[in-house]
Amino acid sequence: MTKKKKNRSMVQRRLIPSYIFLIIWSFISVFPLFWMITAATNTTVDVARGKVWFGTYAVENFKNLLAAQPLWKSMGNSFLYSIAQTLLCLFICSLAGFGFELYADKAKDRLFAFLLLAMMIPGVATMIPLFTMISKMGLLNSVWGFILPQVATPFMIMMFRNNSRNFPPAIMEAARIDGQTEVGIFFKQYMPIMRSTYAAAAVITFMNAWNAYLWPKVVITDNRAQTMPMLIANLASGYTIDYGMLMMGVLFCSIPTMVVFFVLQKQFAEGITGSVK
Amino acid sequence: MNKKGKSVRAKERRAGWIFLTPATIMILVMSFWPMIQAFITSFKSGKGSLLTWANPWNFNYARILQDKIFITSLKNTFLYLIIEVPVMLILAILLAQILNNKDLKFKGLFRTMVFLPCATSLVSYALIFKSLFATQGLINQVLMNLHIIHENINWLGTAGTAKAIIIIALIWRWTGYNMVFYLAGLQNIDYQVYEAAKIDGASPWSTFWKITVPLLKPVIVMTFIMSINGTLQLFDESVNLTNGGPANATITMSHYVYNMAFGQGVGHFGYSSAMSFVIFIMVAILAFINMKVGDTRD
Repeated sequence: MTKKKKNRSMVQRRLIPSYIFLIIWSFISVFPLFWMITAATNTTVDVARGKVWFGTYAVENFKNLLAAQPLWKSMGNSFLYSIAQTLLCLFICSLAGFGFELYADKAKDRLFAFLLLAMMIPGVATMIPLFTMISKMGLLNSVWGFILPQVATPFMIMMFRNNSRNFPPAIMEAARIDGQTEVGIFFKQYMPIMRSTYAAAAVITFMNAWNAYLWPKVVITDNRAQTMPMLIANLASGYTIDYGMLMMGVLFCSIPTMVVFFVLQKQFAEGITGSVK
Repeated sequence: MNKKGKSVRAKERRAGWIFLTPATIMILVMSFWPMIQAFITSFKSGKGSLLTWANPWNFNYARILQDKIFITSLKNTFLYLIIEVPVMLILAILLAQILNNKDLKFKGLFRTMVFLPCATSLVSYALIFKSLFATQGLINQVLMNLHIIHENINWLGTAGTAKAIIIIALIWRWTGYNMVFYLAGLQNIDYQVYEAAKIDGASPWSTFWKITVPLLKPVIVMTFIMSINGTLQLFDESVNLTNGGPANATITMSHYVYNMAFGQGVGHFGYSSAMSFVIFIMVAILAFINMKVGDTRD
């Protein structure tokens, strides 16, 4: 017993460098975010003076933010675009992942390999033709203009396809014998069984949509249709920056993703690595 | 019986194609078709929607080679790539290795904290770093108080330090992200392999190089490709941290392409398309090399 205890404390002692490294890196990781929250409660003068604790200026910063930018409108836009993109992307990509894996044949595999090539196309290359296309369709400054280029991504199709390997084919046979249609199998068997994949995919798609910046900057030209990242970028683009107000904006932009992160961290991690398995 | 079975299979196969159709159409229309159009546009000149064929046909591509700002953006992007990617990936593997230790306490807490930067949007963290490193900012205050510096440094207004801060910010944001991949990869390695190595008297250093790295090789190659791809397309940080400045000294390729196309009063769609096509070729070549390197399974 005592020998075991001694052994354990020796193991812990050997881990001291690991703990030190982890504590330093954790501090580096957390500090800028902690500072952001405190700065949102301070005057810009206090922020510049290097104050790293909570102040009493939060309400003022919030009022200034409301006066400077259409905060609620932008929050609403960001939620609308992100949720719409998540729902549509999940539906289209899971349908494709289901088709590619459970109805696989040579031709479909070839098509899949071809679609994967789209991963290499940089956003900045398609930006100009997409802008022309979307503006011809009259969809600038609209939710459709925002989401259409992102509703089918090779990454998501791959994620659903790879995870579909865990879907038991026996269920499909049984459902067919019961007289269910192929579409019925997708909705009634596949979707419920794959819900953990849907959860991971939803988290990652929502985060990507919320954080998007390049494409929204191209397709959204009207302030009233702007997203939260665009709003905070506007706050910082002036010659003199009110740091307290800016950090209040950054805080608002970060709250939804932080909540998702803390509540659904496991799904988020699964979503990031999802297509790898 | 036989006939019936056959017709069911044909029906199934058709259903399979129907499931693929929406995604396939969207990717063709929203990725491949624009890419082809960008290639065609890259041979045109003029502004906005008034484009005519460039004369000579390779005018835009010839211009790229003469464009000092593009050359700077290319150098900057590769500088960020060469320094940031290896440092970040090594840190990520190290953190994953440490967090994979069975005897470590507070594992969940540490993992959450290391992973936390991923919860912030790219614009958010760029602005946080911009504020921290402002001339009248926290970093300068701390360094002054510690008497390391005697007057405020204009971090983001000086080319060298501005580049360093972009790299530091990138490492901050993406190390935890890559760690998640390695942690997932390490969890697939049987822990007994490590126990056996320990019994054989292998040092942690040689265990790391002889067991961890070879077994993680596919994951390492993949994170490498992703990081290179991401760095070549760097945009948000360049725009929001430094706005490419001072005087385009820190601008990235994507940022310059955007400025040429959608910046104030330009609309050089032809030239921007040519530059974006060059970026596409670079991404494709680097991805191809990486896949070839990663494919040598021995």
